[in-house]
Amino acid sequence: MEQLNRVNNGVNVQALLDAREALRQAPEAAEFTWRASCKWKNGTFAQSTVRGFRGLGQEQSHKSEFSFETDHPEVFASEDRGATPVELVLVGLASCLTAGVAAVAQNRGIQLRSVEAKLEGKMNIYGILGVDSNVRNGFDDISVTFHIDADASRQEIEALVAQSQKRSAVYDIVTNPTSVTVEVA
Amino acid sequence: MLSEHSVDHVLLERGEVANSWRCERWDSLCLLTPNWQSRLPGYPYQGADPGGYMTAHELATHISGFAAASQAPVRTHTTVTALRRMEGGYHVLTDRGELRCRSVVLASGAANLPRVPPLRSAVPPEIDCVTPHEYGNPHRLPPGGVLVVGASATGVQLAREIHQSGRPVTLSVGEHVRLPRTYRGRDVLWWMEASGVWNQKYTEIAELERARRLPSPQLVGTPERATLDLNTLRVAGIELVGRLSLIRDGRALFSGGLANQLALADLKMNRLLDTFDAWHRSSSPDLQCGPVERFEPTRPPASQRLTIDLRSGEIRSIVWATGFRPDYRWLEIPVLDNHGELRHDGGAVLGAPGLYAVGLPVLRRRKSTFILGAEDDARDIVAHLVQFLAGAAPLAPTGIIE
Repeated sequence: MEQLNRVNNGVNVQALLDAREALRQAPEAAEFTWRASCKWKNGTFAQSTVRGFRGLGQEQSHKSEFSFETDHPEVFASEDRGATPVELVLVGLASCLTAGVAAVAQNRGIQLRSVEAKLEGKMNIYGILGVDSNVRNGFDDISVTFHIDADASRQEIEALVAQSQKRSAVYDIVTNPTSVTVEVA
Repeated sequence: MLSEHSVDHVLLERGEVANSWRCERWDSLCLLTPNWQSRLPGYPYQGADPGGYMTAHELATHISGFAAASQAPVRTHTTVTALRRMEGGYHVLTDRGELRCRSVVLASGAANLPRVPPLRSAVPPEIDCVTPHEYGNPHRLPPGGVLVVGASATGVQLAREIHQSGRPVTLSVGEHVRLPRTYRGRDVLWWMEASGVWNQKYTEIAELERARRLPSPQLVGTPERATLDLNTLRVAGIELVGRLSLIRDGRALFSGGLANQLALADLKMNRLLDTFDAWHRSSSPDLQCGPVERFEPTRPPASQRLTIDLRSGEIRSIVWATGFRPDYRWLEIPVLDNHGELRHDGGAVLGAPGLYAVGLPVLRRRKSTFILGAEDDARDIVAHLVQFLAGAAPLAPTGIIE
């Protein structure tokens, strides 16, 4: 504990550990539902928002609504008014892993000075263009490179990054299949 | 040990002594522990090959020898069909009569039934599904490709053996424990014992539930004392894929997270080797052993498949090396949690005074499921049991078997 107190990455690990113990006794409170809404504006431009979600047995809300603009770049003959949706997937993965690094470091008593992640997702657009049915639509391969400055050995830093992947929701979502249902209301 | 305390007792065995080692192991299985570690209380290994690894048959002979030497009151060919609570103790029903007793020790083991994931039900019917209990040897599998699911000791051993039989093997790798067979010239399990890691008590382990769920280490007992890791299997020509996540429309989908599973296992192995080195430096610097070693990182396959069409004919059989679980179907006392695991505190079953368990993963120590781990756990459990009996009310005369 002494080690935990000396280190401050701004993560309240004790609250997370307490929550884990509390939820062990109340499995239904651990069932969360995350939501997003999306409105088409024009062309490939759309605006998505998040606000409410469900968890701990009741409706919850962010402190304010968050909004994300998505579009396609000019090389796709679009107006480039926002990031592409696939870039938002990379953003989701990067931010999930990075938050995980901070939480694991706090739990292990490692002081972080800087953490930067660079991501690349490789994609052959023959898939989305329908040129070759053997090419998938999505990424073939995603690479993440972390640059981490911390009071820790290289082996400890590698362990942080590995543990962050092990506990990451978005890493799981992109590496494992998920059942998706799309309906018209 | 119960005899040392003058506790009247009987051992019930459904078959012969060491039945599961005679009937429920594949043909080529050898112990993971070297022979000198196969010691039972007052009954060390006395054969000619202390550094070797017994076959299942040799172990069954060893255990039978111990049963005879210790004059254990074993009733063989007596299958327990139900265990119930009764006033002042327990009521044991068997296929050869009933028994009443004040205390019961469950020593039926942790690996009675194969644990197969529910997604097995989505496997196309033309594919043979085989558990390690049914496996026997590779020649019982149909010709053609084999998917081995799971990369613990069972999975890596069967993958290698099936590959050697000429069948193409794909190995699905989830969370696993990598260990070299030897480290600094000594058996890695010598280090586990000598450094005190195996003696670590369940009360001293921070993540006890995780420690109890840990898969068996990737080890094999061979005369060459060879390491059987995923690099070895990959170089031999076995294809590695990620954890089997889903079977949908006849297609098996594997996780894209294999690289991290490999990295985690390497990191954990290296941390353990660091522990050994630190112990050696501080406690036994004069002890003769080889120089510090670090092993090649596990290299992910250059191109990793995420899906296999199970209807294409490439895979003809699936071996489920996905672990085992105890069989408590005869236990008619509400002492299981909602995962079907026994609730116990270091072997004393919660909510059932006088009911004990031995031989479950990390029951009282990290070594609890290893043969050499039986002695210390048994001593603790017997001490608890004797105290319990001293405080318990006497029971009406015991029932009779035969």
